[in-house]
Amino acid sequence: MELYSLTIHELRELLKKREVSALEVTKSYLERIKEVEPKIDALITITEDFALQRAKEADEKIKNGEDTDLTGIPVIIKDNISTEGIKTTCSSKMLENYIPPYNATVVEKLLEEGVIILGKSNLDEFAMGSSTENSAFKTTKNPWDLSRVPGGSSGGSAAAIAADEAAFALGSDTGGSIRQPASLCGVVGMKPTYGLVSRYGLVAFASSLDQIGPFTKDVTDCAIVLNTIIGHDSKDSTSLKIDKPDYTSYLKEDIKGLRIGVAKEFFGEGIEEGVKETVQESIKVLQDLGAEIIDISIPYVEYALPAYYIIASAEASSNLARYDGIRYGHIAEKYEDLIDMYMVTRSEGFGKEVKRRIMLGTYALSSGYYDAYYKKALKVRTLIKNDFEKAFEKCDVIIGPTSPTVAFKIGERANDPLAMYLADIYTVSVNIAGLPGISIPCGLSDGLPVGLQIIGRHFDEGKILNVAYAFEQANKFNAKPQAIGGAR
Amino acid sequence: MKYEAVIGLEVHAELLTESKIFCSCTTKFGGEPNTHVCPVCLGLPGTLPVLNKKVVEYAVRAGLALNCTIANFSKMDRKNYFYPDLPKAYQISQYDLPLCSNGYVEIEVDGKVKKIGIKRIHIEEDAGKLLHENTDGSLVDYNRAGVPLIEIVSEPDMTTPEEAYQYLTKLKNILEYTEVSDCKMQEGSLRVDTNVSVRPVGSTELGTKIELKNLNSFRAVQKALEYEIKRQIKVLEEGGTIVQETRRWNESKGITEPMRTKEEAHDYRYFPEPDLVPIIVTDEWKEEIRKSLPEMPHHKRERFIAEYGLPEYDAKIITSSKKMADFFEKCVLEYDSPKTVSNWLMGEFSRLMNETGKEIDEVPVTPQMLVKLLKLIDNGVISGSIAKTVFEEMFGTGKEPEVIVEEKGLKQIANENELREIIKKVIVENPKSVEDYKNGKEKAMGFLVGQVMKATKGKANPQLTNQILKEELSK
Repeated sequence: MELYSLTIHELRELLKKREVSALEVTKSYLERIKEVEPKIDALITITEDFALQRAKEADEKIKNGEDTDLTGIPVIIKDNISTEGIKTTCSSKMLENYIPPYNATVVEKLLEEGVIILGKSNLDEFAMGSSTENSAFKTTKNPWDLSRVPGGSSGGSAAAIAADEAAFALGSDTGGSIRQPASLCGVVGMKPTYGLVSRYGLVAFASSLDQIGPFTKDVTDCAIVLNTIIGHDSKDSTSLKIDKPDYTSYLKEDIKGLRIGVAKEFFGEGIEEGVKETVQESIKVLQDLGAEIIDISIPYVEYALPAYYIIASAEASSNLARYDGIRYGHIAEKYEDLIDMYMVTRSEGFGKEVKRRIMLGTYALSSGYYDAYYKKALKVRTLIKNDFEKAFEKCDVIIGPTSPTVAFKIGERANDPLAMYLADIYTVSVNIAGLPGISIPCGLSDGLPVGLQIIGRHFDEGKILNVAYAFEQANKFNAKPQAIGGAR
Repeated sequence: MKYEAVIGLEVHAELLTESKIFCSCTTKFGGEPNTHVCPVCLGLPGTLPVLNKKVVEYAVRAGLALNCTIANFSKMDRKNYFYPDLPKAYQISQYDLPLCSNGYVEIEVDGKVKKIGIKRIHIEEDAGKLLHENTDGSLVDYNRAGVPLIEIVSEPDMTTPEEAYQYLTKLKNILEYTEVSDCKMQEGSLRVDTNVSVRPVGSTELGTKIELKNLNSFRAVQKALEYEIKRQIKVLEEGGTIVQETRRWNESKGITEPMRTKEEAHDYRYFPEPDLVPIIVTDEWKEEIRKSLPEMPHHKRERFIAEYGLPEYDAKIITSSKKMADFFEKCVLEYDSPKTVSNWLMGEFSRLMNETGKEIDEVPVTPQMLVKLLKLIDNGVISGSIAKTVFEEMFGTGKEPEVIVEEKGLKQIANENELREIIKKVIVENPKSVEDYKNGKEKAMGFLVGQVMKATKGKANPQLTNQILKEELSK
């Protein structure tokens, strides 16, 4: 058994008993990264020196009895989360050499606990995409099949955890960017309730939808990481003041009498038969555990995808306007005047998908079109929220597939944006409504992982973890990706 | 055909809060370029704004003082446009739900009171500044980026440049009184844009409006409007049409000129700022702010008349600026003749301030110093006319009056023997006037006093001079 294949709670036991040191753990991961990274391409930056330095500090903490659940645990952070002194590129040529002077609040929280940052992970440029193919630097491969995508936009983080390149990773989820790659890579990924985790330092894509969340190897680890990263932040006005629960207290196998809603809309057109079957078997598992399965409907969910693409693109068109070549980032070498400088800089610095969304969003906000698009999308948003509220009168959580398909081939959808957008069809409504959702592996279809999505009420992460944990215990997902040589 | 003008004003005032609107950087004017900045006001990737509560408080204070309705619920919006001084390429402002609306100020023109409506007051962030001193290109200083502003939009209720001038004076007065803004146009903490159109008298339709920019003083606003109204009328009278545009006031030529027209109309694509939550002003908070409002100019004026017995004219001038009124009150606290103080403030003090273009708080003379000077007169140390010389010196150098009197030897000659010798000499030297006086010509007395003053360089004690002169002449 290699150290890098362990979960956070397993490593924690060893570190606490001083059976291994944080330095040993860190070296094990750094070795693993060197071994698998050439095949996976999950990382943009590897912070080896910083990691070794931090590992020594963590060992000091442990020695002094100042350690916590995450002390000495290695992490990989999505490259759209600001890290002081470490490049934060958003996988964009625009920020290829940008080194932030400050840490995101989540990074600050992790560093305080003694977490070890191993590197920064690849993503679709500015988190726009569902396959990580939109990165300006590299295409990350799915560890289960190197010819397939890991999902996106947090594909680097998901693949890194599936390939044991870190104990956990952080991602961001605007329309499914944590859950969908978690599903495609067979790991656990959670998008918390909007406002639970501070967005300060998360490079904004769509401010009203973005949320940071963890990728972990199991549900217990997810609870442990959540405990650390949540909480009100005075630097983020949209972060909410709530009492901090201990999420590990929800890790119980008992779900008797719990009402689980199954929405027919989540099994509609486009779903692969293998995915459908695997999820239905999972529902059966939960039913056998004593949960009550209730049929529900979220009628407006079919409008979630168009509403999402209008709202997210509108906000993105404004959020990405600051990349103008004036203060930092890419700047055109040759230009005629100011306007020309803006145009050349932004034409060169942004990739195709980012430009597409900036144009879409600019159009949707333009005078004369605002009411027809942006305003209407906001109305749909309200209707979807209401739908979920009604549904949650009948049930405690809602479950379904995370993604309609298993991992698709690299290049398969790259030139078909609409097909690509459909990858998020089951995840976007959760962001639209600001709800929490998790994806946990529930089986394989044609040898590729299938993800089960569990959606909860606002701030009801506890109940989601309860169901996820009960399922995980009853239905151990022991398969490991073979394409890179699984160690277990 | 007779024409009338329709004028509306947009005033931007920087608020006097300690820190910026969305971060904790200082709002201090000046400072080396790009030293009053942080990741938030530079709009670095991932940063978020957090609204400074003081900004809301100050804006509500201004709104209440300007008789506005304060919104219980308002929000911030993004105004999107590209310019190098705007770090995020959008300005966080307010669009459809401003904090304050439907207010007014009262102005007096030709003895008549007129209400000028205030459409709205909203809060927003200031942008940085472009410095064009570098020949290779421009430099940007972001110290000012994120300094809180209120934009006060008037109704188009003014019809003459004089009304516009009075409106601005009154507005500035109120903003200073409420200590919301220091309103220094030269530092850019108060900026004025104006819209003006003309139409035939009696018409209810509005003409095409012209926006005027580069207005660096209230007088410039007035002059620019005078010019622009005449220009528009002339165009119409010659059968032309007014084209909607922005024109720039050229102070040295005294004319308005078209600014380079933008190739396309701006579409700011306003939408609600998703990084901020709505602004809630509860009734309790509003009342708390209302109670903290200082005395407004018209109340102060009435009180000065009642409490200090000032004539209405004096009270009006003294309260026309809060700083002047405060100065006055500090003086009368230690000096029991309010009218004397107001005479000095309206007289010598105002004359020198006008001449030097200084505000009362920029002058080195303190209330204590003025009181000392007045007491020197009362105690017969110096005469009233010498006091004016002393004051001028105080105004210029900030020296204490007694020091100036000492240094320049300006003490009154109040020694009877010394003065009698001088007077005797004057009598001997002016036999003709002595003769006239003895023949009943009272005027001759004045001439002789004047001669004594001349001989003493004004330092002779006037009462004593009169007394001794009479004694000597009756000998």
